[in-house]
Amino acid sequence: MPATVPLSWYLILSAILFGLGVAGFLFRRNIITVFMSIELMLNAVNLSFIAFSYQLKQVDGNIFALFVMVVAAAEAAVGLAIILTVFKNRATLTIDEVSTLKN
Amino acid sequence: MDAILFLLFAAIAVACGINLVVQTHPISSAISLIGVMGALAVLYLLLGAEFMAAAQMIVYAGAIMVLFVFVIMLLNAGAEKKRNTATFAKIFGVPALVGFLGLVSFLIQKEMLPRTDHVKFGGFVDKDGKALGTAEAVGNALFTQYLLPFEVTSILILIAILGAVVLARKEI
Amino acid sequence: MQHLWLIPALPLAGFLINGLLGKRLPNLVVSIIACASVLASFGWVLKTLAALGPLEAAYVESYFPWIQSGTFQVGFDLSVDRLTAVMLLVVTGIGSLIHIYAVGYMAHEGGYYRFFAYLNLFMFFMLILVLGANFLLMFVGWEGVGLCSYLLIGFYILKKSAGDAAKKAFIVNRIGDFGFTLAMFLIVVNFGTLDFQRVFDAVRPMPIEQSAGLLTAVALLLFVGAAGKSAQVPLYVWLPDAMEGPTPVSALIHAATMVTAGVYMVARAAVIYQRAPVAMDVVALIGLLTAVMAATIGITQNDIKRVFAYSTVSQLGYMFLACGVGAFSAGIYHVVTHAFFKALLFLGAGSVIHALEGEQDLTRMGGLWKKIPITFGVLACAWVAIAGIPPFAGFYSKDEILLAAHHHAPWMYWVGVITAAITSFYVSRAMFLCFFGSYRGHHDHPHESPFVMWGPLAVLALLSLIGGWYFKVPHYLETLLPMQNVGHDTTLVMISVGAGFAGLGLAALMYVVKPELPGRLAGALGGLYRLVYNKYLVDELYNAVLVRPLVGGSRSLLWRVMDAGLVDGAVNGVGTAARSVGGVLRLLQSGNIRSYAAWVTLGCVAVLVALGLAAGGVR
Repeated sequence: MPATVPLSWYLILSAILFGLGVAGFLFRRNIITVFMSIELMLNAVNLSFIAFSYQLKQVDGNIFALFVMVVAAAEAAVGLAIILTVFKNRATLTIDEVSTLKN
Repeated sequence: MDAILFLLFAAIAVACGINLVVQTHPISSAISLIGVMGALAVLYLLLGAEFMAAAQMIVYAGAIMVLFVFVIMLLNAGAEKKRNTATFAKIFGVPALVGFLGLVSFLIQKEMLPRTDHVKFGGFVDKDGKALGTAEAVGNALFTQYLLPFEVTSILILIAILGAVVLARKEI
Repeated sequence: MQHLWLIPALPLAGFLINGLLGKRLPNLVVSIIACASVLASFGWVLKTLAALGPLEAAYVESYFPWIQSGTFQVGFDLSVDRLTAVMLLVVTGIGSLIHIYAVGYMAHEGGYYRFFAYLNLFMFFMLILVLGANFLLMFVGWEGVGLCSYLLIGFYILKKSAGDAAKKAFIVNRIGDFGFTLAMFLIVVNFGTLDFQRVFDAVRPMPIEQSAGLLTAVALLLFVGAAGKSAQVPLYVWLPDAMEGPTPVSALIHAATMVTAGVYMVARAAVIYQRAPVAMDVVALIGLLTAVMAATIGITQNDIKRVFAYSTVSQLGYMFLACGVGAFSAGIYHVVTHAFFKALLFLGAGSVIHALEGEQDLTRMGGLWKKIPITFGVLACAWVAIAGIPPFAGFYSKDEILLAAHHHAPWMYWVGVITAAITSFYVSRAMFLCFFGSYRGHHDHPHESPFVMWGPLAVLALLSLIGGWYFKVPHYLETLLPMQNVGHDTTLVMISVGAGFAGLGLAALMYVVKPELPGRLAGALGGLYRLVYNKYLVDELYNAVLVRPLVGGSRSLLWRVMDAGLVDGAVNGVGTAARSVGGVLRLLQSGNIRSYAAWVTLGCVAVLVALGLAAGGVR
């Protein structure tokens, strides 16, 4: 077992987590679960940023990850408020039933 | 030592991620997500980003996920009803996903391995030897080079608060 | 500066005022404006000619350059020389008389202001034609009078036959115009200009072409145009049908002025024709053929206006015969005298028709000399003029032509004499059937025309009687169009006069003394009579050979295949294609959030792949 970890392993982990997030985003029916999959994708990207920040020996990557976090927070707040409103109007949390557009 | 820690927490992160996607009840998914975030915080520490690790735990796991859990409780979200998945997806879904991720991993390894460093705990320093992931370094950059985005994000948060309040209001 | 532009501009002003405001003006004001504009133009012509004096050389006024393309230039130039002077006097003088006549004739017709507006517009274009100093300006007038002819023939817009006749006139004219245009192209290419003076100066030193060459081609193509406009074989078929228009129109356009535009054009281009003997022969032959053919048709027709229409075609043939044998000034002489007596014949016929309230069939007239004596009197003046009886107008001009024909080729003279006999015969026939014998019609009270109608007729009658002797046109045109020395053979003159009397006598025999004779002759000659009566079936021939294939081809090929199929198909196809694309894209908007999510993911992947490839791809 090597003492140090190649950076590429971090990137692979980031890719796997992102892929899982996409899968959840596409295949789950509960709105809140979909939202959480989006948060998982954002986290994976954060990991990628910080890994490259280490590679380039610059703090900028960390700053970027911080901003991603801030935006994710804002997005989560507003998104959940929207989910509340949708639930009030449609009384359902399944995204398939939210559509009223006649086909 | 680093490698063991990395593998352990990476495994935790992946396991929680799979759990998030697979579980039917949203609260289980939320708890899994918290697990993912915790594991990622440790990984940030390994990468020398102390400040980010702390921020991750405080903001993400401590605030955002709590908000999620609040909403799940408020809406009394139940477990998803079972639905007939197509046979195609049942047989091919998981292997396809595994295969795809494996391919991606292989490609990344092939590409990035010769071009990237090895991560050592405490290796995130600049050429003078000063640690870069500390609060001091982050704060320095944040308040000098990235001041404008920083101020803009404060306004962004203000707008988000306003939006959330307006949207979640009780209808008159 | 003589301000030549006023001559055409005054009728144009009349057209604009009557055309734009005439609907709201009372008939009296409309007629005053129309007649005043033409009379003023006539007055200005007199003043200009008096001021210009002997007119040894052409007097040109250039107003502005019209076309300037490299070295090719066409200017808006008006010019007056002796030939133009003759034509101007005829056009404005007879035009004024006919305008005054029309005031009375059209008094009870609808569209009064429209009629006079068109008539004034016609005067404008005819004057441009005559005054133009280059081929292109003449062509503008040429086309313009064709347009006015169309408008005026089809004046009775509610009659289908009138509209058909108008279209026929315009289309047949157009065929002639094509020849004219080709001639202009040839002139531009070879001489670099369309100005009369410059073209003729360039042509004058050229040798006489013994066989077909450039000048022959130009001359023949110009003659194609003249044949269309002046109703020669084979483009004469529109003129008899043009009688659908009101009678003043027939008199002005299809007797006195427009149809003589072709003769004017040939006379104007005499320099070219004199150097192309082949073309001159063609002109003479066609003129002679037309004269004979139309005269023979004229002896069988029953509509009084048709008789005179065929007479016009025949007389135009005489004019072209004159030009073809080299006696251009004799041709113009005949234009002048023909204008007098043919206008008088038509207007007189109009007077008869007006008296009988619309009756035009000769078989339903008769014995009218007692009832409408003034009309009879003036028509008798025209009758003796066209029969060629000395010393009246027609005799002088026709004799000049026949003498020149004899000098060129004696057989042409004999054919011309026979045609003169036939001419005298059919006019006498018409007069006898109309005015003598007993009244065969149904109308109770034929009444005489008002003074506004028979006044101009009286002036024209006077001109028909003394015009030939008084206006020595060839002498006047000597400097421009020299007459050959054909000598004055009294025997030939006697023979042609005798032919005129013979025709008159024969008509008197057949229609006054022994009225049953025509019927028996027609029965005896059976098929021949029917052929001539049906105008040699020329119209039917054209219909079958040209018109029906064209119409059928247009309908099946051009309309069905190209217009409805290709053009409509393309346009509709675009619409259908847009709709089907929209129909496909509509499926994206399903309302299903998960499908939206899937599309977003797909889009992101596509963008990433594109970026990756752009950045260098995977090694």
